[in-house]
Amino acid sequence: MIDNLKILYHQGKQYIPDVTTAKVPGIFRGRPIITLKKVDEDKLVEVCPLQAITKNPIAIDLGKCNFCGECTMQFPEKISFTKDYKIATNERDRLIIKEGDENPVEVNPANVRDEIHNLFGKSLKLRQISAGGDNSCEWELNASNNVQFDMSRFGIEFVASPRHADGIAITGPISENMAEAIQICYDAVPEPKIIVLVGTDAISGGIFADSFAIDRSFLNKYLIDLYIPGNPAHPLTIINGLLDLTRK
Amino acid sequence: MNYISVSNNQRIDIQQIPEITYDLFFELNTGFIISHPERHCVNYYGFKISDKIKLICCIADDNTHEIFISSCIIGDSTTLIAFTSKLLCFEKFEREIHENFGIQYIAHPWLKPLRYPYNRFDKSKTIANYPFYSIDSEELHEVGVGPIHAGVIEPGHFRFICNGEQILHLEIQLGYQHRGIEQLFIEKKNLLQRTILAENIAGDTVVGHTTVFSHIWESLCGFQSSRDIQFARTLALEMERIAIHTGDLSAVCTDIAYQLGSSVFGRLRTPIINFMQEWCGNRLSKGLIRPGKNQFTFTQNLANRLNEVLNTFEPDFDEMCKQLFKLPSALSRFERTGVVSYDDVLSIGTVGLSARMSNLNRDVRLSHPYSLYNEFNHEPIYKRHGDVYSRVQIRKLEVKQSIEYIRKLLVNIPDYEEKAYMNSPKPNSFAISMVEGWRGEICHCAITDDNGDFLHYKVKDPSFHNWMALALSVRNNEISDFPICNKSFNLSYCGHDL
Repeated sequence: MIDNLKILYHQGKQYIPDVTTAKVPGIFRGRPIITLKKVDEDKLVEVCPLQAITKNPIAIDLGKCNFCGECTMQFPEKISFTKDYKIATNERDRLIIKEGDENPVEVNPANVRDEIHNLFGKSLKLRQISAGGDNSCEWELNASNNVQFDMSRFGIEFVASPRHADGIAITGPISENMAEAIQICYDAVPEPKIIVLVGTDAISGGIFADSFAIDRSFLNKYLIDLYIPGNPAHPLTIINGLLDLTRK
Repeated sequence: MNYISVSNNQRIDIQQIPEITYDLFFELNTGFIISHPERHCVNYYGFKISDKIKLICCIADDNTHEIFISSCIIGDSTTLIAFTSKLLCFEKFEREIHENFGIQYIAHPWLKPLRYPYNRFDKSKTIANYPFYSIDSEELHEVGVGPIHAGVIEPGHFRFICNGEQILHLEIQLGYQHRGIEQLFIEKKNLLQRTILAENIAGDTVVGHTTVFSHIWESLCGFQSSRDIQFARTLALEMERIAIHTGDLSAVCTDIAYQLGSSVFGRLRTPIINFMQEWCGNRLSKGLIRPGKNQFTFTQNLANRLNEVLNTFEPDFDEMCKQLFKLPSALSRFERTGVVSYDDVLSIGTVGLSARMSNLNRDVRLSHPYSLYNEFNHEPIYKRHGDVYSRVQIRKLEVKQSIEYIRKLLVNIPDYEEKAYMNSPKPNSFAISMVEGWRGEICHCAITDDNGDFLHYKVKDPSFHNWMALALSVRNNEISDFPICNKSFNLSYCGHDL
């Protein structure tokens, strides 16, 4: 008993008091800023291994970007990644950061269904489905609920059964072999329900986008309520995204 | 000679690998392993050359540090005698060859689909109608779990045959995670894309797989990596080991409902992965390892920070371990649960932690060293009982060992060297590379064509060998002990399914 108390004492306070303003340590590749400086645009477009950069105007699609940082290493005067981890949004187009755009990426409240605010504002239970996910986003989703990030303090939790869930959180590019399971799981979630895509692989397919082994037809059928980019998505990105979606 | 002997990270011309008849190939490779526990198959696979199939078998010898490579050309849809009839450790390799090319095997006891790749031979076989082993009995019942599991983990299907609460048999069906990675390695023509592909093979072994890929690429290009590159890789590999082992100790505590251990180990993982973010901008080290260069210099400042991190990590880790390993309620769940004997791990050919738990000493860091591991006098940590307790103990001791190695590394940080020029890969070559990831031996093999492009790329995650150990470990255990058995192994689904 005394040993247990000692351990607790030695841990001190681990939780992050305010997850909306916490700072991430060291270097972090969060929301990018693209300056208006002129560079060799064709070369810049070519640098990106995932074709996330397009020109006229130069823009980065965070849904395709895997945050490797190659562009900022080769064109530091053009592209820089800030430590702003709040990059989740409910609009696919908002993930495309154009040159000169320094505005935060946010959920557009006008496009959030009323029932999400009304029903899920204080309690959101999600069923997680990994469909070809490489286990990095899964680790970070688990980390979102550890004693430091402590997402469950906001009433947001992952549950074991789709019957208990208010929606699904998908990781991975959706392998063909998981396509049927994902549909069955989604159908088992009672209405109203949401779909959250976590990580670059889920949002665009990432490096697997043109693989013949994936089947993303499920995503064409439904409205996506939240995109959480990252490779993997940082726990603070995940928590802030979900809070931004569900709270007014 | 019927085979060629190479060492880890060696490039050879593809013509140097002798092509022999299947009968000889069979005798040679099974002969290598039978009554030689120090040898095992690190990779055995086939690929198409026009209308024929070339089989390549790589057997590693831990004592002599050699890898014996031989090959054999066969027609497609032929019938062959299975290596598995003599040695069970070939079971998965032959299922893969059967699934990809339709080759029939005689005397293979378990010739079932392996991962349902999109380019499989027989498209009429689908993942929904996997032929599970079943027993017709009124006393026994079956329990099916998955593909989607209760926790936030990857998909796979487990089918138990139980007698009451007791598990008699477990069959693990995988393939749900298949993303066509090996084919993408050939299709993606740009080095960075391929490196990112390697990073995404298994997100919990980012450093492991990317290091193997980098080694392969550098061997093919004839590039000798400088000391600072090797330093960064060695350090990152050991950091990955600490992070995952600590996270897994937390998960094991969760599965025995030990809240304190779960929280403390869970939070202890954070400073380790946060340090990786300080170093390379990503908590899981994505973006850190690149072929032929050091992407993020390791500075004296970072070394000081890492020393601080370890100095605060270690006392908390020790204190929690001490408490966990004297807690009777924890020990009663760990000890003699999920046992796999030495004979069993030897016959199914497990690697890494899943071999060392049962006194089978397999560790690439010692047997086929790379990077700076030669300088450590590495002594693998192994246990004898093959139970959950052994696996948990190994994790604890390996964390301690990794901390010791990192401290040694930090004493002498090599100077950053300017990026050296790297040639393009040599044509018509074969290269093999092995690295000891935290799960065990990762092995990649590459073959280049006339232009130096990839003709074939083969990835083998340690989980490929080790899933069978999990299936055996739960036999005669209560089904309620399955989660803790599973977590004590923590095998990769995506690394297996590719």
